[in-house]
Amino acid sequence: MADPIKNSLRSGPDASGHFGIFGGRFVAETLMPLILSVEKAYGEARNDPSFTAELSNLLTHYVGRPSPLYHASRLSAHWGGAKIYLKREDLNHTGAHKINNCMGQILLAKRMGKKRIIAETGAGQHGVATATACALMGLDCCIFMGCTDIERQAPNVYRMKLLGAEVRPVTAGAGTLKDAMNEALRDWVARVDDTYYLIGTVAGPHPYPAMVRDFQCVIGDETRAQMQAQEGRLPDSLVACIGGGSNAMGLFHPFLDETSVAIYGVEAAGHGLDKLHAASLAGGRPGVLHGNRTYLLMNDDGQIEEGHSISAGLDYPGIGPEHSWLKENGRVTYVSATDEEALDAFGLVTRLEGIIPALESAHAFAYAQRLAPTLSKDHLMVVNLSGRGDKDIATVAKFRGEGGVS
Amino acid sequence: MSRLSQRFADLKAQNRAALVVFTSAGDPSILTSQAILNGLPAAGADIIELGMPFTDAMADGPAIQQASKRALEAGMTLAGVLGMVETFRKQDAKTPIVLMGYYNPVYIYGPERFAKDAAKAGVDGMIIVDLPPEEADELLVPLSRSGIDFIFLTAPTTDEARLPVVLTKASGFVYYVSITGITGTVSASEEAIENAVRRIRRFTPLPVAVGFGIRTPEQAAAVARHADAAVVGSAVVEKVARGDAALVHAFVAELAKGVRTARQ
Repeated sequence: MADPIKNSLRSGPDASGHFGIFGGRFVAETLMPLILSVEKAYGEARNDPSFTAELSNLLTHYVGRPSPLYHASRLSAHWGGAKIYLKREDLNHTGAHKINNCMGQILLAKRMGKKRIIAETGAGQHGVATATACALMGLDCCIFMGCTDIERQAPNVYRMKLLGAEVRPVTAGAGTLKDAMNEALRDWVARVDDTYYLIGTVAGPHPYPAMVRDFQCVIGDETRAQMQAQEGRLPDSLVACIGGGSNAMGLFHPFLDETSVAIYGVEAAGHGLDKLHAASLAGGRPGVLHGNRTYLLMNDDGQIEEGHSISAGLDYPGIGPEHSWLKENGRVTYVSATDEEALDAFGLVTRLEGIIPALESAHAFAYAQRLAPTLSKDHLMVVNLSGRGDKDIATVAKFRGEGGVS
Repeated sequence: MSRLSQRFADLKAQNRAALVVFTSAGDPSILTSQAILNGLPAAGADIIELGMPFTDAMADGPAIQQASKRALEAGMTLAGVLGMVETFRKQDAKTPIVLMGYYNPVYIYGPERFAKDAAKAGVDGMIIVDLPPEEADELLVPLSRSGIDFIFLTAPTTDEARLPVVLTKASGFVYYVSITGITGTVSASEEAIENAVRRIRRFTPLPVAVGFGIRTPEQAAAVARHADAAVVGSAVVEKVARGDAALVHAFVAELAKGVRTARQ
């Protein structure tokens, strides 16, 4: 009989953190012992019933899970094809899926006896979620954020400060997520004894891609049960946006072995794939950065290029290594949506459903908009509404040339 | 005998440590950088650590980040780095050159092809900051076929259980990162360095070089009393930034004086 574990697409990574050629642990020796200790601590925690019970309790009573799976009937009717369901991660405490992972990792950091938490942030959603978790647990918090992002995500910066976090501006490079991650790694190397690095996406050195995925899988696990309850069967397709790819991985992973479910990951095509964009899978190639081997945007000499997206959360030249692996084995179809398409979808969802989506999530809607009309009315599509868009209204107003927001 | 082994053997016979000088290839311009490189042996550098510039120098402080940036803006590429070594070798067949940098440019160049081209250019060793022993085989194997040493880093966080993991794959010398932090920031005490070097020597017969935070002739001398080599990087790079090769060489001469008189 075939070994069900070996035949599963859910069994990665291998013992050394690789998904095929992707993933791994490409870090300086100073950090290596720490990475190994995080791996060991996580391995113990995930098998400890008291850890999983505490996490489950926080997710229910603090985060507000399960998040609804909502049938968007007006949007479905407008597109005139697939029956659209929205996984409402925007309704979580702090307004995005990021908090799921932060709850898990903050419990791990406490368990490891760490006193200080650092994190990188792009759109500020992960920074806010981390600052929130630190306030809840009484831990020191330092958030690294690129200068460009600080400017375009001002409300989130202030939220982090209100929550007691120090926001450290990063001026290197283009002042976006990549540079924030470099600076967080530099800080960690200098504060190895007391500091825990709470990575916000399914990237970085092993065990982070697997650990963050595990903490985000609550999205897909709930979706599965909720769809079963509402429709009595599995969904036919899943659509989620991808920067590093944690909301997508959380939704996708529990469905990877269900061959009837079509899965679409939507990268940020920025101004267009032939211009400035942040679509690492569409426009990049395998390389090594930030502790893992994965698809990256780079020039022919292996120098990393800056991504561009109107959405700060997708503005990263890399992607989680498991996504690279799922691209190469063909299980997930990776597509992209431009700034303009995302803004268009942003407006549509806001007016038709009364839900302001994050610009990140709007990329998922932009692709759903292309796909849904081509499908039959009994096709069940789940779009991951990974976060709320309040943080983005100034960006949208600026793009539309409208005033009234500062 | 490799150039690295020969150099360490010669210096051991003289009872002194090596001065390892770091400069980033192509910084501040390709021409000036070549002039700086060519003059380093005469100024007193025993081993040269030549930086391969990278956009995302995660283990480096501001000085070396800026050096990388200047070099890339000047048009430096990985092939250009090898070209500089080739030019240097026309005038110096003895001074070992170790390339230091991050993995991605080498990975994209192709480890097999890189190992061949680097050996041909006259490279003696490689330090790849983000390639720990767990991931190093894909580069280490082609390099060792080409006769190039792979120099591993050890850090204060590398405990006695882990040291053998790192050192079994090491060749050339061992680079001890004397602080937990990035380049060019804080400095370790002489006592901490002495203890660390003694600890590493219990696990390997390879020479031990100490770097990170060594900024002055006095600090270089303190390291040279205990280790087989003292590495000076950021402090040199700050002089390089001023664009005057003579100024860099004068500073290296002061460092060399410190290292050469350390055990007298």
